[in-house]
Amino acid sequence: MRALTALLAVAGLLGLVYVGVGLAGQQYLFGVVVPYVAIVVFLVGMVYRVLLWAGAPVPFRIPTVSGQQKSLPWIHQDKLESPSNGLHVLGRMALEVLLFRSLFRNTRVAMTPAQRVVYQSDKLLWAASLAFHWCFLLIFLRHMRFFLEPVPWLVSFLDGFDGFFQLTVPTFLLTNAVIVGALLFLLGRRLLDAQLRYISMPSDYFALFILLGVALSGISMRYLTKVDLVAVKELSLGLVTLQPVVPAGIGLPFFVHLLFVSVLFIYFPFSKLVHMGGVFLSPTRNLANNNRMRRHVNPWNPEVEVHTYDQWEDEFRDKIKAAGIAVERE
Amino acid sequence: MDKTPKDLLQIDYTPPKKDWMDPSIDFEAKAGNWSYPGAGKNLKYLGFPNPREWSPTDDDWQLPDNWQQIIHDGLKERLKKYRSLRVFMDSCVRCGACADKCHFYIGSGDPKNMPVLRAELLRSIYRNDFTLMGKMLGRIAGGRKLTKEVLKEWFYYFFQCTECRRCSVFCPYGIDTAEITMFARELMNLVGLNINWVIEPVANCHRTGNHLGIQPHTFVDNVEFLVDELEEITGVKVNPSINRKGAEILFIIPSADYFADPGIFTFMGYLLLFEHIGLDYTLSAYASEGGNFGLFTSHETIKRLNYKIYAEAKRLKSKWIIGGECGHMWRVMHQYMDTMNGPADFLQQPISPITGTYFENAASTKMVHICEFTADLIRNNKIKFDKSRNDDFNITFHDSCNPSRAMGLLDEPRYLINSVCNNFHEMPENTIREQTFCCGGGAGLGNDENMEMRLRGGMPRANAVKYVHDTHGVNILSCICAIDRAVLTTLMEYWVPEVRVSGVHELIGNALIMKGENERKTNLRSEPLGGTEGQEDA
Repeated sequence: MRALTALLAVAGLLGLVYVGVGLAGQQYLFGVVVPYVAIVVFLVGMVYRVLLWAGAPVPFRIPTVSGQQKSLPWIHQDKLESPSNGLHVLGRMALEVLLFRSLFRNTRVAMTPAQRVVYQSDKLLWAASLAFHWCFLLIFLRHMRFFLEPVPWLVSFLDGFDGFFQLTVPTFLLTNAVIVGALLFLLGRRLLDAQLRYISMPSDYFALFILLGVALSGISMRYLTKVDLVAVKELSLGLVTLQPVVPAGIGLPFFVHLLFVSVLFIYFPFSKLVHMGGVFLSPTRNLANNNRMRRHVNPWNPEVEVHTYDQWEDEFRDKIKAAGIAVERE
Repeated sequence: MDKTPKDLLQIDYTPPKKDWMDPSIDFEAKAGNWSYPGAGKNLKYLGFPNPREWSPTDDDWQLPDNWQQIIHDGLKERLKKYRSLRVFMDSCVRCGACADKCHFYIGSGDPKNMPVLRAELLRSIYRNDFTLMGKMLGRIAGGRKLTKEVLKEWFYYFFQCTECRRCSVFCPYGIDTAEITMFARELMNLVGLNINWVIEPVANCHRTGNHLGIQPHTFVDNVEFLVDELEEITGVKVNPSINRKGAEILFIIPSADYFADPGIFTFMGYLLLFEHIGLDYTLSAYASEGGNFGLFTSHETIKRLNYKIYAEAKRLKSKWIIGGECGHMWRVMHQYMDTMNGPADFLQQPISPITGTYFENAASTKMVHICEFTADLIRNNKIKFDKSRNDDFNITFHDSCNPSRAMGLLDEPRYLINSVCNNFHEMPENTIREQTFCCGGGAGLGNDENMEMRLRGGMPRANAVKYVHDTHGVNILSCICAIDRAVLTTLMEYWVPEVRVSGVHELIGNALIMKGENERKTNLRSEPLGGTEGQEDA
């Protein structure tokens, strides 16, 4: 039901293009206005979100330590799992952001017939997530060929690399296949795994459907519903140079792709997709486990009511003396 | 507990048909899975809001009229003060990696014990009140209004989290359910919802200096009793001092260590060790608690209770502090104390008077974990011991949640055990070190009325112990936490009755060869050495 809500929302977007561009001829609205709005909302929204996070202080240093601390010199410290200085933290964060270290630990609990609880390694979630995110980045970079003239060397190189397996014409791109596969896996586990289905919300499905929509509409343009690439580049260069034009004859499939991307950008700052920024600011990951070595200051450290020694002695003086313990005042 | 271990292991992981967003908890039917509420007298003593007598089974929880506004404002304030809360509220993608990492979920199958859903209990309110999507789309965007039913669900599930942080190890964004539970409990405290097993120790600790409410004369009696026990066992009269000014080291311990079996054996181990090396130290009857149930109440309460540690070190003019074996105490000492009640600039550098080792990792807080201190002694050959005195014990080690996931104190206790014992076996790797499982009774949940949930939550730990018991004949579960020593004892009696619980310094005390001691006939538990073999011979 929740998946259906999300699917309908994405289908609605598709319908919107057919009505808006196909029937009403609003090429300028969908080709120029919506993309500009999307970029502005994305940038302003993300900056606002990050400022909200960064603006909140970190009163306590609370890393989740996952390895041996720095202790006596002859005990081997696990510098990446229990970082004790900035450099170690950088290493821990790099592993987390680039390789999804924590997700790599994933296990699946099971009960054997002999009623023993076992924890099986379960790296599929890690593999699919990593594959999706890296492919998304590479595809994003590949798209720079539409926004830059001349096309930078790196972008061409990525294209060539991606098309290493020359299976089709136009060249089969590895990232296209992998990203769709990864997204389908992530969707499949949400739909098929009872626990995951239980915790999944419409927004979880919406993110997957819109990403699938972006990927599939892009791929279809390349192989099936061909569009005029020269015209597309003219439009995208126009957007970048702030001299927007909508060349004739681009074709409906492109507008579908563009609207999906625009909606993804608009949706981003208001959704769980902000985890892109959140991962960098998580206090359990980006702080060193050096609490006892270096004092961490809480900018709003409150005054609290305490029970002083004098109050304690006043209440128990007779008993303290009877027990033979020294007192401050007789 | 009427249910047998076999019953308890019939766990159904199939989620219910009902949408999780529609709450309803039947407290009567769930007896054994929740804790009694905080008594009015304790709240009154502490100056906490809404003191009264009530029960979760009541229809009317006697909340203040504007309770929704109070919680809304409280959440708003905390979102401004804590980056952790804001980032954790926004970043979760519900990937499910945390789901089966929680001991309560593994032991109960209740989907709201998945860390992700536990957090959603609060996150759904956050969305509804503080996010654009939630305000616009409500339930479709995962937002919920804070109703009485939701609040009751909070009380049920946020007192079914032991703040052990195991889920946080697996989360790709490090989202820490302990943080979320701490905030939820803070918010509930604002309207007078808390449990007595937390709030009474807090009130006791504030007044008498320790959770158990032990007054100074009883403190002295207890210590003297254990000194006499030691003399009987070893023939050596140890001489600890209490509230002694000018002692080089202030020694802080959890109160359970001088109160009840098996913590007292750990305490006896400390006393023997310090006598053995001739340490100049003092206990304090005022700072007679290292543990801090403020951690299970609110950040302010942590600070209120923790205050007396540094204050007492200052009054007694100690040079630095050693802390005993206690889990959540060390979360506070390691991650909060210096920030809250420091700087400890009136103390001196923590340098071992016996070995000259400078504990660089405690340079600022100036408080050293006793396992660090003792490991350094052993490494420098400052202790004489006879390992064979622990030969009746076949030992495994339970990493306590906080020393492992807040400190990374993993290899020190293992070094100690291996130094003084001949038989040591690790539990399976997904159940130890940073992936260790909670005892099921941390964060104030180790009370008797909550027994079913305790035993369920402790099941993953017990199951791993059972494995090493079956495969290696393990009969001692060693740990460095006072709550563990109390809770694991019950847990073992239920799941693996052949295994008993000990502290690490109990094992050290057994092995120590004291100057002028009699030949040891018994261990610190007054059980004959070579017990089992002796019986077989007979």
